Amino acid sequence: MNMQQVNISENNFEQCIKCTVCTVYCPVVPVNPDYPGPKQAGPDGERLRLKRGEFFDESLKYCLNCKRCEVACPSGVKIGDIIQLARIKYSKKKPKVRDMMLANTDFVGSMATKFAPLVNASLSLKPVKLVMDGVMKIDAHRTFPKYSSQTFESWYKKNVKELQALYKNQISFFHGCYVNYNYPQLGKDFVKVMNAIGYGVNLLDSEKCCGVALVSNGLINQARRQAEFNIKNIRKSVLSDGRPVVGVSSTCVFTMRDEYPHLLGVENADVRDSINLATRFIYRLIEGGVKLQFRNGIKLKIAYHTPCHMEKLGWAFYSTSLLRMIPGVELQVLDSQCCGIAGTYGFKKENYPVSQGIGASLFQQIEESGADFVVTDCETCKWQIEMSTSKKVKHPISVLADSIDVEATKKLNGVIL
Amino acid sequence: MKFDVVIIGGGLAGLTCGIRLQGMGVKCAVVSAGQSALHFSSGSFDLLNKLPDGSDVVNPLKSAEKLDAVHPYGKIGGSLEFYAAEAKKQLIESGVVVSGDASANTYRITPMGTLKPTWLTMEDFLSLPDRDSLPGRKILIVNVAGFLDFNTKFIADSFEKRGAECRMIAVSIPETERLRVNPTEMRAPNIARTFENKDTLNALLSKIGTESDGFDCVVLPAVFGLSDSVSVKMLSDRLDCKVCLVPTMPPSVPGIRSQMSLRRAFERLGGVFMLGDTVVKADFGDNKVVRIYTENHGDYGIEAGSYVLATGSYFSKGLVARPDSVAEPVFGCDVDCSANRADWYDVSFFKPQDYMRFGVVTDGGFHAVKDGKAVCNLYTIGSVLGGFNALQQGCGAGVSMITALYVADNIIKG
Repeated sequence: MNMQQVNISENNFEQCIKCTVCTVYCPVVPVNPDYPGPKQAGPDGERLRLKRGEFFDESLKYCLNCKRCEVACPSGVKIGDIIQLARIKYSKKKPKVRDMMLANTDFVGSMATKFAPLVNASLSLKPVKLVMDGVMKIDAHRTFPKYSSQTFESWYKKNVKELQALYKNQISFFHGCYVNYNYPQLGKDFVKVMNAIGYGVNLLDSEKCCGVALVSNGLINQARRQAEFNIKNIRKSVLSDGRPVVGVSSTCVFTMRDEYPHLLGVENADVRDSINLATRFIYRLIEGGVKLQFRNGIKLKIAYHTPCHMEKLGWAFYSTSLLRMIPGVELQVLDSQCCGIAGTYGFKKENYPVSQGIGASLFQQIEESGADFVVTDCETCKWQIEMSTSKKVKHPISVLADSIDVEATKKLNGVIL
Repeated sequence: MKFDVVIIGGGLAGLTCGIRLQGMGVKCAVVSAGQSALHFSSGSFDLLNKLPDGSDVVNPLKSAEKLDAVHPYGKIGGSLEFYAAEAKKQLIESGVVVSGDASANTYRITPMGTLKPTWLTMEDFLSLPDRDSLPGRKILIVNVAGFLDFNTKFIADSFEKRGAECRMIAVSIPETERLRVNPTEMRAPNIARTFENKDTLNALLSKIGTESDGFDCVVLPAVFGLSDSVSVKMLSDRLDCKVCLVPTMPPSVPGIRSQMSLRRAFERLGGVFMLGDTVVKADFGDNKVVRIYTENHGDYGIEAGSYVLATGSYFSKGLVARPDSVAEPVFGCDVDCSANRADWYDVSFFKPQDYMRFGVVTDGGFHAVKDGKAVCNLYTIGSVLGGFNALQQGCGAGVSMITALYVADNIIKG
């Protein structure tokens, strides 16, 4: 038997030289001593797990999948992927009802929007929170994001769909669960900005949740089915219709670009470069000659928070550069660190203190910033910062939408309908 | 994306170059594949400790005159003194407060308690005037109980050999005991993070308390001062005798602080730091680099007037050893390397190893040579350069900073 063929990990744990730099940048290690740390949980543990799967340690569930270890690794080891793949392959723990509820953001969302006022009211009631805390183990300190009574999709179809074909350029918008069920306004802002620069906004033939919460809650088969479904629709948009795909959530975009091939084995190489984040797409257009006309008299102090998956994408530059283009904006880029929520992780009762401990110094920096509001590209970071500080949080696209003069921008770019 | 200069590599060389350029109003981006070798820093920066023939260096500036034109210092020639002074000045302005003199090496204490020559030393650490010095006569060596990256016995042996009297103690407080739950993660930076809290540091100080009575020096591991020197100053103020920090096994607290300070200084000046990204492809045209492509930015290339290769040595994958050659993986530059693999190394481990001398071939102005021809807008700085053995000659930090500044000035001059 050729041991070299058998003993090779799907990832590159062999490249680890044990320098321990990853452990310095892990947000969990300083607050939770029960977590073995990225080096031990990742490449070191993989060595043992390859010999015998029973060396798997359930404490790997404390990993946030923030990928900050991968960003720091000087040897290019996919530490976060190794840990998540080990959980997928070896974990014997079955997801609880709570985990399924937290993970199925689009199913729960589509039910909740039907009864939005009732759901929103009851989720914010103290007794309901206590029952959820006690029975479901969803921490009572948490506030669920409000559900909208009209989804983004139904607003889009009723109000703007027919106009889109009039624009010269076309893209497909991956709105994600948050825009659709909780915050359609962000989707409306996106349509406003894209239309102003001459781009018609289409929806994909159909989209499902990107699956990030399914992955972190161990519902892998469902995640893989949804990934295949999304990639099929993205392929149709990019390859047949010639429409690049643009999203507004850094986590959805990161998941579809990187987690699909790395964790779920769903290949996307033919369309990966066409899965964009809104700020990147717009920055690139501006470099190609597209112009934005801003309103006069803007005076804002903004603090930008870099979400973990934005750090991993390496794209914070696009969002901060766009914000800096707005005259009258004073921008402070906060130290890039995890806010602690990590999607559904921070909602779980057992993770609440760790989650808040991780974010503590970020919250302090935000309070001391003197900013009018915080800007970030991730919806769950937004919830966490709004739950943990006195500041409101906006998406860079909403800030752009509020700052541009639509008619003047259309004129500058020669947009004629 | 368009910049004036793109620097590939975000360690000591890349950031030193970026700070110089950005400070002169040149728009720079640094692309860095992960964190740098500064995470292994001793807290000191060496200029030149030995000549290639093995003779000791007392005055680095004077000895450097003897180096040939292949050595980076040989290429810089008469400007070495100017750039050594500039390097020190820029470090201090960037928040890495150091002392030292390029014409007289001092001595730093190693994690083993031995002394090694050096050029600049960070404010938290002692530098001693000669090879036989001691930080004190009666020395108390204090470790944090359970911390395995600090070998008190080695240090004591080394000091005692030179005539000191040592006592070793290990102290524990609840906050450090909590870290012991997970021994593999009980590393210098994690301990340092707990001591950023004043109350925790006070608890430690009261544990040391009267133990230091009668000693003229307390030696502690370098697990203080992750973000600034406040906690180190507090140690000095509160203990009655001299406080001497000794570097630990990596990751290095002073190294991380230097890295953070340099990155912040670069970003404050308006530089763009792209961490965790790797250059995958470069377009060449007309003997120039036209643009580069990275993993994160995919089909969206980065264009610049000049490119600086600061990717480091083998550790940072600036150089990659293959079965029969050593390669530079980003641009495929020519590497000076012996053809016969058996010549790369000496079987005697402690002898100078020839592979340490290998690196990118450049012309006199540090333009990288590719396929025998100097590329006119591609410069090479720091450990990826060939012609010197940083380990044997003790010149790694000096080569990084001095070539970085020299190249930055040449780019500005045009």
